[in-house]
Amino acid sequence: MLKDVTFGQYYPGKSLLHRTDPRIKLLILIEYLVFVLIASTELAMAATLLFTVFLVSVSGVRFGILIKSVKPLLFVLIFTAIINLFFTSGEGDPLFAWKFIKIYENGIRNAVFMLLRLVSLVLGTSVIVSFTTSPLQLTDAIESLLGPLKRIKVPVHEFAMMMSIALRFIPTLIEETNKIISAQKARCADFESGNVINRLKALIPILIPLFVSAVRRAEELADAMECRCYHGGEGRTKLKVMKAKAGDYIFLLVVTLVTVAIFFLDRITWSEAIGFCRDIFSK
Amino acid sequence: MANALEVKGVSVIYGEGTPFRKAALNNISTVFPQGEITGIIGHTGSGKSTLASLLNGLAKPTEGEILLFGESIWAKPKEMKKIRSRVGLVFQYPEYQLFDETVESDIAFGPKNLGLDEIEIKKRIRLAADFCGLSDKELKKSPFELSGGQKRRAAIAGVLAMRPEVLVLDEPAAGLDPKGREEILQGLTEYKKEFGATLLIISHSMEDIAKYADRILVMKEGEIFMQGGVEEIFMQAEKLFDANLDLPQITKLFIELKKRSICQSTDVYTVGYAKKEIEKALSR
Repeated sequence: MLKDVTFGQYYPGKSLLHRTDPRIKLLILIEYLVFVLIASTELAMAATLLFTVFLVSVSGVRFGILIKSVKPLLFVLIFTAIINLFFTSGEGDPLFAWKFIKIYENGIRNAVFMLLRLVSLVLGTSVIVSFTTSPLQLTDAIESLLGPLKRIKVPVHEFAMMMSIALRFIPTLIEETNKIISAQKARCADFESGNVINRLKALIPILIPLFVSAVRRAEELADAMECRCYHGGEGRTKLKVMKAKAGDYIFLLVVTLVTVAIFFLDRITWSEAIGFCRDIFSK
Repeated sequence: MANALEVKGVSVIYGEGTPFRKAALNNISTVFPQGEITGIIGHTGSGKSTLASLLNGLAKPTEGEILLFGESIWAKPKEMKKIRSRVGLVFQYPEYQLFDETVESDIAFGPKNLGLDEIEIKKRIRLAADFCGLSDKELKKSPFELSGGQKRRAAIAGVLAMRPEVLVLDEPAAGLDPKGREEILQGLTEYKKEFGATLLIISHSMEDIAKYADRILVMKEGEIFMQGGVEEIFMQAEKLFDANLDLPQITKLFIELKKRSICQSTDVYTVGYAKKEIEKALSR
């Protein structure tokens, strides 16, 4: 139980994506999400996929790990594809009809697009941020990017600190949960049989000790932080100051260009593209 | 006496077929005779806790078998509940598993899961509370109001209430004051005597092991390094030091005394026996 959580796990490395400034990576991620979601023509989707493959290959993350990160979503992926396949109605005759099941050309198109889009989203987000950015870098980047909000009294530092603490304690709490489950199993607790209500009731002996220990840990951590004179973000300096290099800005620029290009590709059809190419060659 | 538990060629291997392959336990075979207290010692990561979780079927060995009074515990996986009530397992820091409104109802959790009737449950709570030294007043309290030592006792009582024939305890006395340690271990010994139960105690405290155990099992790197009677094990000081383990302080003292030719015996591991030996040496 709860053993195969790879989502959001950092894999140390020295690839281009590992070296890029985390703030730049967050901006790149936003651009990436925009063009993955707008790509609706074959050309735009092909460009998106190409760019995703490029990102995955420069991240240096092992193939097996990537597969593992998509695996938990397999059900969602298949479900979405099937829904799109069967419930998209289109113009003209259905390609396949049997009783109430009708499959249109449009349905297949939608299903394939949705599938590619979701897989790109997961892979792209994983390699741009999760796998190549340590949680600490990530929260630092968010704090820095949201910095301007401090002017209007938004407690940015506190949010960032809370986020890094939350991320830090996920593995600890998973371990703790497994321990509590084992301990209650040793007292013959049964989590696998009975109806829904009984199963929910069976969770109480896990959840209460878990909450109690989370609160206890929070208190201990707060004490430990105060002992080390933590007093919020005011005047706090960083051990590792983030510095964006020229290369980082070039990377951001390239991705921006790709975004613009995909925006245009999304506007034109095949015939227009072919015509456009012909014009260039005839000149 | 019969063997309560028998471990036959058991291995636990993580990540088989990958470069991260690691054997937590490597082909272990041993027996735990009924009615005896076996102390399990070993350095951190030697596989003690892994062994403990195998004995009541919480984890399944990659290879080998575990027999409870001659029957494999995995023979009927559907009846694992029954096995878990017969082999009680108390984890490290068991107080973190307490959850119910009162200590009483928390202790009742195990017996209730076994489907016992009210009267029997009441009887078992009473019994478990007695062995663990919990008063009626404490039984009515919320487990979160108790002190650390009392919480530990309440948690152990929760397992004792199932009246297990074999009781496996992972560091039952860790982090308690000397008086608390004594009381808990004393209570467990009484439980053993009363019901002819078999006890397995994992501990880092050589003093506790020397005082309470009949046999010792020494683990090292997933294998059984030594096993035998308490005396037999503590006499092989050199070998224990090899496994990065210590001796009871009193035994170490007697090794030094022997070096200085004051006292000849090296089988001293309890204070009572030490006293006799010293008196003998003085009267000479």
